Amino acid sequence: MSSSPSPFTESVEPAAAPRTLAEKVWAAHLVRQGQDGRPDLLYIDLHLIHEVTSPQAFEGLRLAGRQLRRVDLTLGTEDHNTPTQDIFQRIADETSRKQIETLRSNAEEFGVRLHPLGDDEQGIVHVVGPQLGVTMPGMTVVCGDSHTSTHGAFGALAFGIGTSEVEHVMATQTLPLVPFKTMSIRVDGHLRPGVSSKDIILAVIAKIGTGGGQGYVLEYRGSAIEELSMEARMTICNMSIEAGARAGMIAPDETTFEYVKGRPHAPQGADWDEAVEYWRSLRTDDGATFDAEVVIDADELEPFVTWGTNPGQGVSLSGSVPDPEDFAEENDKAAAQRALQYMDLDPGTPMKEIPVDVVFLGSCTNSRIEDLRLASEIVKGRTKAPNVTMMVVPGSQKVRLQAEQEGLDRVFKDFGADWRFAGCSMCLGMNPDQLQPGQRCASTSNRNFEGRQGKGGRTHLVSPVVAAATAVRGTLSAPSDLEPAGAPSPVPAEPVAV
Amino acid sequence: MEKFSTHTGIAVPLRQSNVDTDQIIPAVYLKRITKTGFDDALFASWRKNDDFVLNREPYRQGSVLVAGPDFGTGSSREHAVWALRDYGFKVVISSRFADIFRGNSGKQGLLAAQVEQSDVELIWKRIEEEPGTEVTVDLESRTVTVGSLTVPFQIDDYTRWRLTEGLDDIGLTLQHEEDISAYEARRPAWLPRTLPART
Repeated sequence: MSSSPSPFTESVEPAAAPRTLAEKVWAAHLVRQGQDGRPDLLYIDLHLIHEVTSPQAFEGLRLAGRQLRRVDLTLGTEDHNTPTQDIFQRIADETSRKQIETLRSNAEEFGVRLHPLGDDEQGIVHVVGPQLGVTMPGMTVVCGDSHTSTHGAFGALAFGIGTSEVEHVMATQTLPLVPFKTMSIRVDGHLRPGVSSKDIILAVIAKIGTGGGQGYVLEYRGSAIEELSMEARMTICNMSIEAGARAGMIAPDETTFEYVKGRPHAPQGADWDEAVEYWRSLRTDDGATFDAEVVIDADELEPFVTWGTNPGQGVSLSGSVPDPEDFAEENDKAAAQRALQYMDLDPGTPMKEIPVDVVFLGSCTNSRIEDLRLASEIVKGRTKAPNVTMMVVPGSQKVRLQAEQEGLDRVFKDFGADWRFAGCSMCLGMNPDQLQPGQRCASTSNRNFEGRQGKGGRTHLVSPVVAAATAVRGTLSAPSDLEPAGAPSPVPAEPVAV
Repeated sequence: MEKFSTHTGIAVPLRQSNVDTDQIIPAVYLKRITKTGFDDALFASWRKNDDFVLNREPYRQGSVLVAGPDFGTGSSREHAVWALRDYGFKVVISSRFADIFRGNSGKQGLLAAQVEQSDVELIWKRIEEEPGTEVTVDLESRTVTVGSLTVPFQIDDYTRWRLTEGLDDIGLTLQHEEDISAYEARRPAWLPRTLPART
């Protein structure tokens, strides 16, 4: 440690007024306080980049003759455009290949560490960061990707930025920002079996709406949050943006420290002790006030599923497709009508009677090893519904390798699912993994927008266990709907072509 | 960035809430590595439908988009702003904008004018009664005027100032180089560095 006062250790001292977690992290990164209505200037500890939102930023640097200020706080991976099969062949799509090649040449020119397709550390940017241990409590993390909120699960202030801001961070390692408002999302009680963190966040979004979090940092707290694993916490924070929030955070605790410890970039020895001491101070003080508060009872939650074309249009899996006429607001009514037309659903249809064509297990929301383990437990020894094709896409190459060590790939393949290489895959219609027009998908991803998974595709957002149960029954299903697992089916697996 | 003071142009009614950035520009158009030439990508899916508002005259010539609440939700893609800008839009009016979209707009000289939903309804009524009606958006007085109707809009002071002056954020921030270096000197040594790689 340097002898000069650290902005981090300073904030270990009790402040005059009680503060929220978000306010503490903000204060610790203040390079310069904004004056006369100007924004604050905040230091950025980690800048993650990928091929889609970085080329124009690099080009901007070049045109202005600027350097990338801190290549040692910058990390790149290839994920959005990349294929998830035949990855060692030349990328067929010319514009995709060009974008990937551009990232590679930019990384080389500016000296940025990049994990390209085929590398053991390649994967979805929000899976790779935590896995390497470059995401830690109390940091500021940005990326030109709205799901950067994922890293908030560590008690980091992490948020997505546009390409102009990517260039700004490259040039200055800071961002001018107006302080966010704070919202407490307290999830009391305990989740019941078969209910997961995905169901918590889908219920939160349905409750506060896709615009409910605008301008806020959400802090998830309460007993049901504290009981979650790090990976489950990442799923929740990941979808904060789907409630319109800038970021989502969870205070670091023993679960967090245990997860970070020993990772490649985690502090060691005396540094570790100093870091943990600081991290323990990153809790919302008693008596601190939030600008808004929401309370959810975990005991009441059931597996959740979306019926419409935005993530706020969700309902319990045991429920039915709503009737647009039942919405009070004209805008909601019109949106529901439009959504049902796009989704080809009739009001009153029980969700569990809706047949799907494709099950997608993957994305930065739900593609980590725990997600794969939970889903594999459901499909193990069961037979896939013949009307369904299933794709399993690990979030990173490391997750893929670990899953293979545990034999999960075998379980999925025996079930008839397609086992792929890491990437964003079918979460967004940008790489070869896309829905065909009219296809209906139960997806563990984060957005059910029109055409998101491919033009004309229809998306129902679900948790990994619901996705797995759906692949077994062929209609949207909870694990509790399944018959006890029998012997593996003698029926040959369906050919999978997605 | 061009300076913005006032703009007058044809207003386009987009009576829809939650216009997400995947609708503004589908992901397949994000593979380009340029920052311009995205006009063909704007609302690409919806524009395949002849009835879509931008396929009808005189809205085709529009430069002020008047949309429902929660405009620009979802992905952080700045390409959404580039596509609107390249098509010719100077202003988007909505009662609620997604934060990242709003931020991206301010960087590219696209004015995101936040107008009360009841006023949005009044604007819609006017511009649908008389398609091709021009509206004037004045950044100085923060007002939208359609004929005899003038309604206020909200925009934060800083963004308004930057738009008015056409200022580049990076240049502004680099004026504080000393503060940035001083902060860097105070950062704890245990914070992670991506280089050299430790995998």
